[in-house]
Amino acid sequence: MRLGGALRARWGRTGRAARWSAAAAAIALVGGTAAVGATAGEAPRVRTSEQNVAVVDGPKDDQRVTLDTTFYAPVGRAKGPAVMIGHGFGGDKHGVAEEARALAREGYAVLAWSARGFGRSTGEIALNSPDYEVKDTRQLIDWLAKRPEVQLDGPGDPRLGMAGESYGGAIALMTAAYDRRVDAIAPQITWNDLADSLFPDASGGGAGNGVFKKLWAGLFFTDGAGSSACGRFLPSLCEMYQKVAETGAPTADAVATLRRSSPSSVIDRVTVPTLLVQGQADSLFPLDQADANARGIARNGAPVSVVWYQGGHDGGDSETGRVRGLLRDFFDARLRGGAASRDGFAVTRAGGLDSSTQQVVVEEATARAYPGLGAGPRTLPLDGREQTIFNPAGGSPASISALPGLGALGGLGDLGGLAGGLGGGLPVDMPGQSAQFDTAPLASPLRLTGAATVRIAVSGKGPVPLFAKLYDVSPGGLSVPARRIAAPLRVTPGGEARVTLPAMDYRFDRGHRLRVVLATTDMGFATPPQPASYKVRVVSGLTVPTVPALKTEPTPIPAWVWVLPLVAFAIAAGILVRGRRGRMTEPSLSDVPLEISGLTKKYKNGHLAVADLSFRVEKGQVLGLLGPNGAGKTTTLRMLMGLIHPDSGEIRIFGHRVTPGAPVLSRLGSFVEGPGFLPHLSGRDNLDLYWRATGRPLDEAHMDEALRIAGLGPALERAVRTYSQGMRQRLAIAQAMLGLPDLLVLDEPTNGLDPPQIREMREVLVRYAAGGRTVIVSSHLLAEVEQTCTHAVVMAGGRRVAAGPVAEITGSGRRLEDAFLEIIGEAP
Amino acid sequence: MTTGEITAAAEGGSGYRVRRTLPLRVEAIRQFRRRRTLVAFGILLVLPWVLVGAFKIGGDPGPDGVPSLVDVATASALNFALFALFVSTGFLLVVAVALFCGDTVASEAGWSSLRYLLAAPVPRARLLRQKLAVALSYAVVAVVSLPLMALVAGVVGFGWGPVELPTGGTVPAGTALGRMAVIIGYSLVAQLVVAALAFLLSVTTDSPLGAVGGAVGLVIVSNILDAVTALGSWRDFLPTHWMYSWMDALQPQIQWTGMAKGSAISISYAAVLFALAFRRFRDRDIVS
Repeated sequence: MRLGGALRARWGRTGRAARWSAAAAAIALVGGTAAVGATAGEAPRVRTSEQNVAVVDGPKDDQRVTLDTTFYAPVGRAKGPAVMIGHGFGGDKHGVAEEARALAREGYAVLAWSARGFGRSTGEIALNSPDYEVKDTRQLIDWLAKRPEVQLDGPGDPRLGMAGESYGGAIALMTAAYDRRVDAIAPQITWNDLADSLFPDASGGGAGNGVFKKLWAGLFFTDGAGSSACGRFLPSLCEMYQKVAETGAPTADAVATLRRSSPSSVIDRVTVPTLLVQGQADSLFPLDQADANARGIARNGAPVSVVWYQGGHDGGDSETGRVRGLLRDFFDARLRGGAASRDGFAVTRAGGLDSSTQQVVVEEATARAYPGLGAGPRTLPLDGREQTIFNPAGGSPASISALPGLGALGGLGDLGGLAGGLGGGLPVDMPGQSAQFDTAPLASPLRLTGAATVRIAVSGKGPVPLFAKLYDVSPGGLSVPARRIAAPLRVTPGGEARVTLPAMDYRFDRGHRLRVVLATTDMGFATPPQPASYKVRVVSGLTVPTVPALKTEPTPIPAWVWVLPLVAFAIAAGILVRGRRGRMTEPSLSDVPLEISGLTKKYKNGHLAVADLSFRVEKGQVLGLLGPNGAGKTTTLRMLMGLIHPDSGEIRIFGHRVTPGAPVLSRLGSFVEGPGFLPHLSGRDNLDLYWRATGRPLDEAHMDEALRIAGLGPALERAVRTYSQGMRQRLAIAQAMLGLPDLLVLDEPTNGLDPPQIREMREVLVRYAAGGRTVIVSSHLLAEVEQTCTHAVVMAGGRRVAAGPVAEITGSGRRLEDAFLEIIGEAP
Repeated sequence: MTTGEITAAAEGGSGYRVRRTLPLRVEAIRQFRRRRTLVAFGILLVLPWVLVGAFKIGGDPGPDGVPSLVDVATASALNFALFALFVSTGFLLVVAVALFCGDTVASEAGWSSLRYLLAAPVPRARLLRQKLAVALSYAVVAVVSLPLMALVAGVVGFGWGPVELPTGGTVPAGTALGRMAVIIGYSLVAQLVVAALAFLLSVTTDSPLGAVGGAVGLVIVSNILDAVTALGSWRDFLPTHWMYSWMDALQPQIQWTGMAKGSAISISYAAVLFALAFRRFRDRDIVS
């Protein structure tokens, strides 16, 4: 089945799409925004100017650096509020060009710049240090304040918003802390504390006790390093990184340096309205980083909105359109005094697949206020005895949770384990390396929003690094990571620890179980090479945060879904409406079986079949309708049956005008242009069903009399398709006589009959008319008509050429044949 | 009796009642004993058993890395029924629906029995209405009989159990039966456009093959156009674009948008096509 196959391929596209976006994300890596495609051709042109801006920075304000910048003038207005957009790590100002143009078209003056150490800017990377990058940005604000296109709040103080992803988001937070002139910030997928991000500890021990996130840290640093070992990093930073990477353990010095480059150190000074956009597929800067920023800024009394979208550093749906819309609305509200957004917290959720586009349907759930990561807690008992787990020698093979680019798969996990199927058999946990603790199957679906917590106790040797993960176990036993993110922690053996699992928004279905997994290894982190074994048990239930206030607006169904059927019904009604034809009764004619007057029919091909035909048939007559081929006999009879609409003139049967389906037709029995039977039914069934279709009572049928005329004998029970021409003919005449109609119309009734049958038929017709009924016979067998009919109408070329008693037409002693030929003008 | 009927009774023979012409039962009997009706039902009822046989001989389908209904076809009776529906939606059910709705008037015209019915007289609109009702009923029975028989065959072949979704995860049998009802209901609505098109062709032509073939042909053309992705969102308005939207009911949470759009498209086309059919038949000269 070809079509089925094509549709099956449609389903397949999901898988491919996911893999592609995974690959794309892997390429983009820390790069933050990557310019996607060309700008729309019809969009208004944005005027840009590129310039180098010279700045001075360094702890002693003695380092001269040139920053490569692009200024995007506001479209459609002379002055506009300014927005500075920072780029991601490893990128430069070109990476944000598309976003900048979009904002410029909304009337913002946008500045994009390559941070020191990136692109064509000079200087070295100092990781958003207050001594370097923050000073640079402040001087860029000075530069902006001098631009004529920029709206000012005061002398030297532009109306200013800052946005950016990752590295560019952190500088927005840092600058807002150091410079009062910043009026609103919208940092995306960025960090609160770089030390905590690179040395996380889910037991709350701080970065000093953390586990080194070696894979991400490596990518992060080599991305800035370029071809040489230290590349464009500040030498002191490079040295610090190399030392940490070598040992896999954080030094106090390193932690202090990273903290200084982190908004966490100055978050108490950020007092401007903030929109924090964080990715749900982000193992580099997970949701808890945005949470820390949000809590810090909210504590200062500034309004904070938090958005969790599907993307992040791991990949996933970048939701570009939605995120840009959010940013635009935010800046419109905060820099232009537009309506403030009503929601403090928004989470996008994969709602399913749209089978027509094969796109994941992303729904947005919103709540009025951001509740943090531990809201509405419920505690679920965990089942599982103490388990012994091993750390393999060399820390390998390691289990796999997050990998850069794997986030795309994690996003689909929300659909109910798709990630498990698409992972392509990717090993998640190595045997013997992980302990598992399950809840009971859920009685009702559970939407976890935030970070779950659990207390564990560990015994063994040395400070043990463990990786805590949350799995979704289906009733069938299939277990998939709820999110492909691990929370590392370091526990002192013999002690207990409260573990905060990765923050997420995930729906566990009814009947599913939550599984806490504690593994000894993870590919993304540095783990000790010494083989060891530990005993792990849980000492509390699993505390699960929920945010019932989050409400999903169902994906709007386009208006045409409702409008189209209504329009269609209106059109349908319009098609059906037309003026009803009057059905008039002529009482004086109610005794006249048939009166035809002025009947005319011209076919669409121009052939004039019947022209101004008039004649009248009285009760008890047997009328012969004569004429050569093409004289219009059959067309007349069809009009008589209401099958063809006459162009003008009318036919009245017993005074009632004939229209299609006129009830008076029930007094007409007809056999015109051959029999019409259902070939698969027997003769008897055909007559029986035909009579039942006429809507008249069975006792009016006179079935036996009709069957006697048909004279089919036992053949009556055979299917009609086995009949000879003559048998069908007789059956059809019998059908016409069913119910003994007052007017019987027979077209060439003797075709296919043998001489005895013809003679019998003649007698039947004469007898029929003798009973006060009327018979019309159309025929070309003139001898036949002469012997049967009392009256005749002769037609030629659609016109009546003669009418009257047969004797009158033939005149004295002539044969009808001669008279006929003379009348139609072909006399010899 | 309404005034109109009294007039009609006076005008026609004593026992003639418009409302009694061509009763549904009579029309159903007339159609049922036809060979093509029996063959169509035969194919639909045997197909599930043939599929069960195929899976038994060929073994369980292994996952091929792409989630699809065939991978989980043998997981349970319900899964098997869904698979059977999936493989038949695109063509077999289209042909079945087109057969019942396209054949009904055209075959009467072909047999010449149409003119005798109309002269009986069965009023034209009533004749169409009764024929349409019977044809649609047969089409509904056909569309419903396939998954039902597949369910029976599935229970015999693979046992009763919860549905395994192609995207992973399972749905308990109770919920799945409800979803199955949604799926069958939507399939019926989605086939309405095919039914209407076939019916319009049926009153237009005297050849049953032309009516059925024409409807199936236009479905194929629509499918081909649907494959031209360059048409973009114009494809949303193709009559067959949403034919498979019932698969949205096989996700952990039912997605209604696609089915709503598909229903709107199908019902809209059907309303116009049916109206055209009635109008055309009413004004037409019957020359068959």
